[in-house]
Amino acid sequence: MADKVIYATYDDDTVLLEGAKKLVAKGVHIRDVFSPFPIHGIDPVIGVKQTRLAICAFIYGLIGLSLALVGMYYFMIVDWPMNIGGKPNDFFYQNIPAFIPITFEFTVLLAAHGMALTYFLRNWTLPGVEARNPYPYTTDDKFVMEIHPADNHVTVDELSQMLNETGSILIEER
Amino acid sequence: MQQEAAIREPLILGEKTYGQITDDVMAPVVGKANRSWWIVFGISAVMALWGIGCILYLLGTGVGTWGLNKTVGWAWDITNFVWWVGIGHAGTLISAVLLLFRQKWRMAINRSAEAMTIFAVMMAAVWPGIHMGRIWLAYFVFPLPNQFGSLWVNFNSPLLWDVFAISTYFSVSLVFWYIGLIPDFATIRDKVTQAVPKKVYSLLSFGWSGNAKAWNRFEEISLVLAGLATPLVFSVHSIVSMDFATSVIPGWHTTIFPPYFVSGAVFSGFAMVQTLLIIMRKVMNMEDYITIKHIEYMNIVIIVTGSIVGVAYLTELFISWYSGVEYESYAFLNRATGPYAWSYWIMMTCNVISPQLFWFKKLRTNIMFTFFMSIIVNIGMWFERFVIIVTSLHRDYLPSSWTMFHPTFVDIGCFIGTIGIFFVLFLLFARFFPVLPLNELKTILKSSGEQYKKHNQEH
Repeated sequence: MADKVIYATYDDDTVLLEGAKKLVAKGVHIRDVFSPFPIHGIDPVIGVKQTRLAICAFIYGLIGLSLALVGMYYFMIVDWPMNIGGKPNDFFYQNIPAFIPITFEFTVLLAAHGMALTYFLRNWTLPGVEARNPYPYTTDDKFVMEIHPADNHVTVDELSQMLNETGSILIEER
Repeated sequence: MQQEAAIREPLILGEKTYGQITDDVMAPVVGKANRSWWIVFGISAVMALWGIGCILYLLGTGVGTWGLNKTVGWAWDITNFVWWVGIGHAGTLISAVLLLFRQKWRMAINRSAEAMTIFAVMMAAVWPGIHMGRIWLAYFVFPLPNQFGSLWVNFNSPLLWDVFAISTYFSVSLVFWYIGLIPDFATIRDKVTQAVPKKVYSLLSFGWSGNAKAWNRFEEISLVLAGLATPLVFSVHSIVSMDFATSVIPGWHTTIFPPYFVSGAVFSGFAMVQTLLIIMRKVMNMEDYITIKHIEYMNIVIIVTGSIVGVAYLTELFISWYSGVEYESYAFLNRATGPYAWSYWIMMTCNVISPQLFWFKKLRTNIMFTFFMSIIVNIGMWFERFVIIVTSLHRDYLPSSWTMFHPTFVDIGCFIGTIGIFFVLFLLFARFFPVLPLNELKTILKSSGEQYKKHNQEH
């Protein structure tokens, strides 16, 4: 009983969303939803928190910005100052206009790639990873709700009854 | 449920269901390539091989095999570089800027436009690479610790800014594109039956499962990457223009260059998207997804950016006279009336005059005319770069060194070669990748699909 999982399939995202709202109102805990595209509005209903990836991207961007500035300061001002066409480069602040483009590019580079890597790791979507969707059709045109009876204080039969009322086309216990 | 105004034309035609979208997009992937695909692929492959041969000859013998001379030190090579980078701007513009503006019509075209971007930037990167002469020393452009007493690259040079700009643009576009592809690869993985493709697509899909949290992160990363890519698009071509603008050559030393190059890039990028998509929608039966409305929207972008480019040309002319600098004035007079006047007037006709025909609704919704115009714009934009580069150089400060540029067969072969490689890559993409973003199209089906719009109107 404890390891049993119930998968309820729907053939429409709106039906699933309405069903999820009703079930949650009855106190049912929905573990996850698998869908072929993002269902807007499902996250707050089933208690998925807004991701903090954007904050990561900001931090990676700051690292890129600082690295670029420190690097160019070291290369151009400290280590090997060059007089290029008489352009002033005795001090960092004199040379900084010429450093803006690369600073910008490097900020974007680190923010984008840092965020992408974090995204892959947090999602655990990496080459060679096995997919976890319960049915192949959840990436095509069906929507599946995953409910663990262990999370809830109702019996499997009651749960199936409730799911049936929400318009699920297939309820399977695994 | 979001509902769209009834007067907005539907973006997905016909009676479509979610499953139908999957089947339509997957049809080219699971089916066999038809004869026209093989013919175009064969021609492109021959062009690519010819180009690779010319490039190898160039690398083996030296840059002297090009028609460059002491006066005209940059010609077709940098023309081609700027042309390809420009073409590479539409993809990210469509997928990033239009995403931020919540333009739903981008969804049918963004996947292939981004693929085009990536392949075009690859072709662009070929040019400075082979122009170096000794391409095996190309890693010198990066600030690597070395044994020459730690001699660093020059961070004050726009040429180095370009290295950073192009490599950032390429890698970020690639990641953006791939992250969007992962859920669609997962769809193909779950749908194909043959063993080998299933294995390949399951490797490509990175084990995507489509759970709620993953979609939450997916939407966040798409938005943030779009936000990052938007200024990136504008910065890249601005930096390319600074390769010229920060020099002291009359005709290049112009402050208008960055915005002028960016709008020119969007202009030529959209033209190339039209060229590719008009053929693709026909050959791959995508007319229900890439509709006349999509083509019209892109033509509107072409009129707007083409007109900006026209204003920039005229501003340049006016300022060259108004500046009172005689070298500057001569450079522009020479462009319009000198020995390269023919290329200047090709540029003016193709980029400024002919796109104005798109003001007529009949013309901008005509597929044959749009296709013809897209080729005209591609030619015009190639000539724009040729005019800027060659006509500014060929008559420099010293009349005794005035000369003309004559391309050799290696110049021509390398250029044709990059076109061939580009089409080979694009055709392979069209054959094996989902050319429309399945997951995004499904999200707009209920708001912008034809039968849903009709249904909403009736109720």
